Amino acid sequence: MKDDNHGIPRTVPIQSATFSNPINAEIRRAAATGIYDIRGGGAKRRVPHFDDLLFLGASISRYPLEGYREKCETKVTLGTRFAKKPIELEIPITIAGMSFGALSGPAKEALGRGASMAGTSTTTGDGGMTPEERGHSTQLVYQYLPSRYGMNPNDLRKADAIEIVVGQGAKPGGGGMLLGQKISDRVAEMRTLPKGIDQRSACRHPDWTGPDDLEIKILELREITNWEKPIYVKVGGTRPYYDTALAVKAGADVVVLDGMQGGTAATQDVFIEHVGLPTLACIRPAVQALQDLGVHREVQLVVSGGIRTGADVAKAMALGADAVSIGTAAMVAIGDNDPKWEEEYQKLGSTTGAYDDWHEGQDPAGITTQEAKLASRLDPVEAGRRLRNYLSVMTLEAQTIARACGHNHLHNLEPEDLCALTMEAAAMAKVPLAGTDWYPGKPGF
Amino acid sequence: MQQFDLEAQGLRALNSTLHEQAGSSNQTQWEVVNPRGSHAIAVGLDAPIEVNVKGSTGYYCAGMNQQATVHVHGSAGPGVAENMMSGTVIVEGDASQYAGATGHGGTLVIKGNASSRCGISMKGIDIIVHGNIGHMSAFMAQSGNLVVCGDAGDALGDSLYEARLFVRGSVKSLGADCIEKEIRPEHLELLAELLERGGCDAKPEEFKRYGSARKLYNFNIDNAY
Repeated sequence: MKDDNHGIPRTVPIQSATFSNPINAEIRRAAATGIYDIRGGGAKRRVPHFDDLLFLGASISRYPLEGYREKCETKVTLGTRFAKKPIELEIPITIAGMSFGALSGPAKEALGRGASMAGTSTTTGDGGMTPEERGHSTQLVYQYLPSRYGMNPNDLRKADAIEIVVGQGAKPGGGGMLLGQKISDRVAEMRTLPKGIDQRSACRHPDWTGPDDLEIKILELREITNWEKPIYVKVGGTRPYYDTALAVKAGADVVVLDGMQGGTAATQDVFIEHVGLPTLACIRPAVQALQDLGVHREVQLVVSGGIRTGADVAKAMALGADAVSIGTAAMVAIGDNDPKWEEEYQKLGSTTGAYDDWHEGQDPAGITTQEAKLASRLDPVEAGRRLRNYLSVMTLEAQTIARACGHNHLHNLEPEDLCALTMEAAAMAKVPLAGTDWYPGKPGF
Repeated sequence: MQQFDLEAQGLRALNSTLHEQAGSSNQTQWEVVNPRGSHAIAVGLDAPIEVNVKGSTGYYCAGMNQQATVHVHGSAGPGVAENMMSGTVIVEGDASQYAGATGHGGTLVIKGNASSRCGISMKGIDIIVHGNIGHMSAFMAQSGNLVVCGDAGDALGDSLYEARLFVRGSVKSLGADCIEKEIRPEHLELLAELLERGGCDAKPEEFKRYGSARKLYNFNIDNAY
């Protein structure tokens, strides 16, 4: 190498950890456009998660159940507190709310088909209930959102449960957005909005504020639906102890708790990455609230946000959840971010696994789009079958773990089955650091 | 006339009895006595019946109404006629906040004043207020008509979509993207029909029309607040 510095060694160029290339690229993008980055999905940053927990398995003090032979139940009933007609599910894994509008018609149909085959529920989203979705979902949860797009009493009565959405993990405290590219004629009509405008969903409900009002709102919904439907209250992970307690006080049958890894169709990246709690940090405070009020298991807890495997299902349930809900994982199962579309992801400036410009409506997989040509790429029958398979695998995995821990029902999993790999996870899950009998904050230490 | 004593017979019995009335029911006239500010009175109705509530109501009276006429002979609490689809709701007295919120259709007449957020997120309902309305009314209102014979409070029509707002008196301030618009003959005609429907003797020519400037319909940094 040519020495042009008179023999004095040069300083190696060092990239700043603070001003990294991705950060600098975002600064340049912001400077050029004057608008924040909008994207879909959930938090991409690394946060303490279920991967930081392990099951202990059976030993001399616990004996296991035989895999494949001895029964390990998976059924769950949601809405046993007040509803005349609780929802009975074969598996404790439900499909989270995703709107027609955010997703294509075939994608919604696929979710309904897959969930129905697996014996579980699917959920509408911001934008109302479509006949196709109702038709393909044996158990359908109807979301009651601040926007009230498409909300009507006829669909309310057709639903199997009602989910009052207060917030979601990707953007607790924020409303939704569906950009003009995805406001097709049908979407516009369902939402009573002009075609092609950027649609904003309100961040709070228009006709109630606070838990006392919520109690009256729940009364109204129960009266309209003859006290038949289970009423869920969905909150983003922010103050899980108090939010759960207040939802119970307001009369919820089910609390749905969504951590920051939970996805959204579109919001500001800064919101997704910097507001809210990791799912792992939400569960124990929520369960504590239910226990303090004497309603754990009477008011069911559904946890969502970053559930990917049967191990995640088992860990959430061991920490006290009655069921889990999946959104992003279900989308991947039906074809989102599939490597077979890599060439097209590249054209859109992205790559397989990183594609998150769901708001632009150009999804090569035909899932987060309203373009008929793209949407037709998704075969709802085949995609539904894939979702059914995936749900089956998750269930089998969770059963495998439960049996190994000596449990004949997934609900019998308990925190004592777990240990943590990191101090953070130990503190959040309140289970001992692996190889110790201690976790940060444990009384008596 | 069927009379229902809400205090004695209870809310569940009232609503389930009213829900049982189908389009062919001969029992089309109902009177509810002793409402005593109860919540969720006559919600989810779906039949061409008339319900006269003899007194004041709490939250969400006539919520999600379809076809029915609900007449409140008193004042109404928050969210009267919320998410109404069709039919008519008349309030003889004042209405609290969120009157007619998210209503998709039908007519809401308030003969007194309405509080804040009247017509919030309305989606096709027609609201006629004889008196004044409070702040943030018609926030994110998407469709339908709001007629105010008195004055409007702060931030009228903030983030408005395609709803039409008609105010006879003063407007304390307009919300983001809400502007005064020209009243054309078709608006006067519409207003005359709305005033007649609402039992108002005001003249259409006395009103000003407000609507969306449509500058927030697609994001533009220069229009952000």
